[in-house]
Amino acid sequence: MSYHFDLTLAQARDALKAKKLSAVELVKAHCEAVERLDGRLNSFITRTLDQAREQAAAADATLQKGEGGLLTGIPLGVKDLFATKGVRTTAASHILENFVPPYESTVTTNLLREGAIFLGKLNLDEFAMGSTNLTSAFGGVENPWKKKDSDARLVPGGSSGGSAVAVAAGLVLGATGTDTGGSIRQPSAYCGITGIKPTYGRCSRFGTIAFASSLDQAGPMARNVQDCAILLEAMAGFDPRDSTSVEKDVPHYEATLGQGIKGLRVGIPKEYRTDGLSEEIQALWDQGISWLRAAGAEIVEISLPHTKYGLPTYYIAALAEASSNLSRYDGVRFGKRVPAKSLDELYEATRGQGFGEEVKRRILLGTYVLSSGYYDAYYLRAQKVRTLIKQDFLNAYEKCDFILAPTAPSGAFAWDEKPTDPVQVYLNDIFTVPASLAGVPAMSVPAGLSHEGVPLGLQLIGRYFDEETLFRAGYVLEQAAAFHHRPTLHAGVSA
Amino acid sequence: MSAYRIQGETGEWEVVIGLEVHAQVVSRSKLFSGASTEFGAEPNTHVSLVDAAFPGMLPVLNAECVAQAVRTGLGLKAQINLFSRFDRKNYFYADLPQGYQISQFEFPIVGKGVVEIELSDGEKRDIGITRLHLEQDAGKSIHDQDPTRSFIDLNRAGVALMEIVSEPDMRSPEEAGAYVRKLRQILRYLGTCDGNMEEGSMRADVNVSVRKAGEDYRTRCEIKNVNSVRYVVQAIEIEAQRQVEIWESGGTVDQETRLFDHIKGETRSMRSKEDAHDYRYFPDPDLLPLEIEQSWVDSLKAALPELPEEKRARLEKEYGISAYESSVLTAEQNIADFYEEVAKGADARLATNWIMGDFFAALNRTGRSIEDSPVSAKGLRELLGLISDSTINGKIAKEVLEDMVETGASASEIVERKGLKQVTDTGAIEASIQEILDANADKVAEYKGGKDKLFGFFVGQTMKAMKGKANPAMVNDLLKKLLDA
Repeated sequence: MSYHFDLTLAQARDALKAKKLSAVELVKAHCEAVERLDGRLNSFITRTLDQAREQAAAADATLQKGEGGLLTGIPLGVKDLFATKGVRTTAASHILENFVPPYESTVTTNLLREGAIFLGKLNLDEFAMGSTNLTSAFGGVENPWKKKDSDARLVPGGSSGGSAVAVAAGLVLGATGTDTGGSIRQPSAYCGITGIKPTYGRCSRFGTIAFASSLDQAGPMARNVQDCAILLEAMAGFDPRDSTSVEKDVPHYEATLGQGIKGLRVGIPKEYRTDGLSEEIQALWDQGISWLRAAGAEIVEISLPHTKYGLPTYYIAALAEASSNLSRYDGVRFGKRVPAKSLDELYEATRGQGFGEEVKRRILLGTYVLSSGYYDAYYLRAQKVRTLIKQDFLNAYEKCDFILAPTAPSGAFAWDEKPTDPVQVYLNDIFTVPASLAGVPAMSVPAGLSHEGVPLGLQLIGRYFDEETLFRAGYVLEQAAAFHHRPTLHAGVSA
Repeated sequence: MSAYRIQGETGEWEVVIGLEVHAQVVSRSKLFSGASTEFGAEPNTHVSLVDAAFPGMLPVLNAECVAQAVRTGLGLKAQINLFSRFDRKNYFYADLPQGYQISQFEFPIVGKGVVEIELSDGEKRDIGITRLHLEQDAGKSIHDQDPTRSFIDLNRAGVALMEIVSEPDMRSPEEAGAYVRKLRQILRYLGTCDGNMEEGSMRADVNVSVRKAGEDYRTRCEIKNVNSVRYVVQAIEIEAQRQVEIWESGGTVDQETRLFDHIKGETRSMRSKEDAHDYRYFPDPDLLPLEIEQSWVDSLKAALPELPEEKRARLEKEYGISAYESSVLTAEQNIADFYEEVAKGADARLATNWIMGDFFAALNRTGRSIEDSPVSAKGLRELLGLISDSTINGKIAKEVLEDMVETGASASEIVERKGLKQVTDTGAIEASIQEILDANADKVAEYKGGKDKLFGFFVGQTMKAMKGKANPAMVNDLLKKLLDA
């Protein structure tokens, strides 16, 4: 039987359990899809297909015995920001281009414990810095979607662009992402898949290469809400090796999906209706409101008054932390080293050649905002505003149970349409950074196609550690939107 | 004591000194990782992935290090801050793996406290403690192994340090030396730092400025990483003199960091204020603020050992010893313990004299420390017991102690083996005295003629005849009786 790539992760899992499908078949099909399509898409930085095929045989043996975890035999991709023992981990940077960690991140450890099979390491913006996946030292990633009547290569969004593309194109059944200011949600929206950034502290950051420690949070990206629920349950959990991870039980998220949202209050933040918001996005948002109302939810207008300070606050806080987090890439102990005559020259040469333009820009900005004489005006002020933004959400949740908003101000654009002004690129994050700054969970669900034919996403933002409500509401949205479109480039299409 | 003053050409100068002491915390593992803190291991054998700052590694705070900082704060009679926070101090150096040191900048775990110092003339002074905070040590750069390359040893990277900052309260090199010694003593009593300056467990950054009487502070220089009390004293003397000469020649002292070269006997500039680092401190986002409970602080306080001041006061009271004796006997905790073990079951005065006299002399002579003393406290107590119960006299006891040091045998064994038991048999002593008197009839006549001093001669002759074993008091009594008969 030939594999059709129509199965969701949940369906594949059930078929494996029921022995209607073997892990070997499933993994083989996906490995072949990677080999067939990824030369063009470039969603993988490192492939571990041989290893995956071996693991598939072992998974079948486990399944034969009626044993196995939540993900036994399921082919996944891992964003190349998670350290994987014995497998090169690059952060899409030249400075780590040959780095093979002798350790495994907690998130991937958890997935492996549940039996997942990794096909490889997925492309991203260098050090997760970007929202186009064009800053990767291993080349840009192509969005498998096309605009109507155009063959132009589109960006997949970022920073988890490789993850979004691998899932959207059917190369894997799910992938890990990380989200610092929208890096799971925005590429999910651009590629027509579902992704959730859980509450800060829900997934351990141990072994995940840091961008901005107080914002970075791992989460799943998959074809639909149910698949994300399964993956998050496997990934999440307290980890004593991460002092910011939270000691809270991880619920069985999948069980919450059918519960509906009758009687729940949906907050619509008035500040998100900015003047620049396109009619198309506005219309999609209104459509989402109607769907939720039709499902029995109560719609309430809420205010998040400090929204307009979100972007500058985010870029100050994130870049300050990044400038410090990236100091360890100095050519002394691991990674790239460009030989030089003195220590200072070693730093300059290694970091000068090892980091790309966007990373250097962000290190410089972050260094600047922490500098003596500027600290109070930038970093300290941003921390204060961040507290106000958190308070905005806490106040809003007095009036509502979750929030509905667009994920991004537009759909995917062409590689050559990327603005040359970095600030214009940063504006992509306008709807995603507030939840990151507050640390609350947020999910993007594909809700329709733009007039140009590319996917658009709606974002659900929840209370601290209340991912369950997001899964319930996301499931409702997903059913109503009935988004069954496929991208042009897809493993299931004979190409 | 008269104030310490530098005589310049323009008059007298006062020295103002403040110290930042870095004390390595006694703990099995590092401040934020599980790697061992053991000293002297092969390079790079006590390094975890966290210490080497591998990508994705995160610090996890070691609770024991926090407890040690709190204990130290309590020992310095300081305020314990229930809320404190770890910040990153950013700078690049090859032996600083993270590219930042995790330290406590804005909110240290310990606030204001005080250390009482005692000067050589017995005068006491309080030196204020500004703060104590926890921070990571860096690794070590080794430059002398290869002509073109440097090597890095990260064994020390991430080890917990306490930085203890004093107020600029010291006014002489002697006070600074006394402060470092006292601080070291307190830390060693508490068991929070081994105080081993040779191994780098304790080192001081010394801030020095000079001024004319009544003036505000002038510019200070910081002398980095001074690693002995002697060097602290020397560095201050030399630096203060240098500053006086600059001011008096019409120059200005620049605020800068300097190094002390004990071989050349000079301090020299390391870096000036202009090229001082901008450390870009900010709260470490990998760590939550540190919040501790008052009840936990209380339980640590209740379990604190007796500190030097308290011990001195108690020993003076319990054993009737002088201030000088108590200061010598409490210099180290195990000396005090040894002393008490001996003095408790013995005549305290006898114990004090013997420990401070013959026993310390024996340690010095053999080059041993109290930890590996050739004579145990129990053994010494037995010896003193033999004096008290008149089994032997003091002079014989000295001989016995020497034998104990040499052979490790017990006092009673030696007395037995050598037959040193004191003679208290009146008849035997009388017989011996009579022989002496008979043999020296001329001297007896002189004595009786009024030459009292000859009494000592007769005592000496008798003791000699009895090989020193006669009970001296009895010899005196009997001699008097027989001479006056």
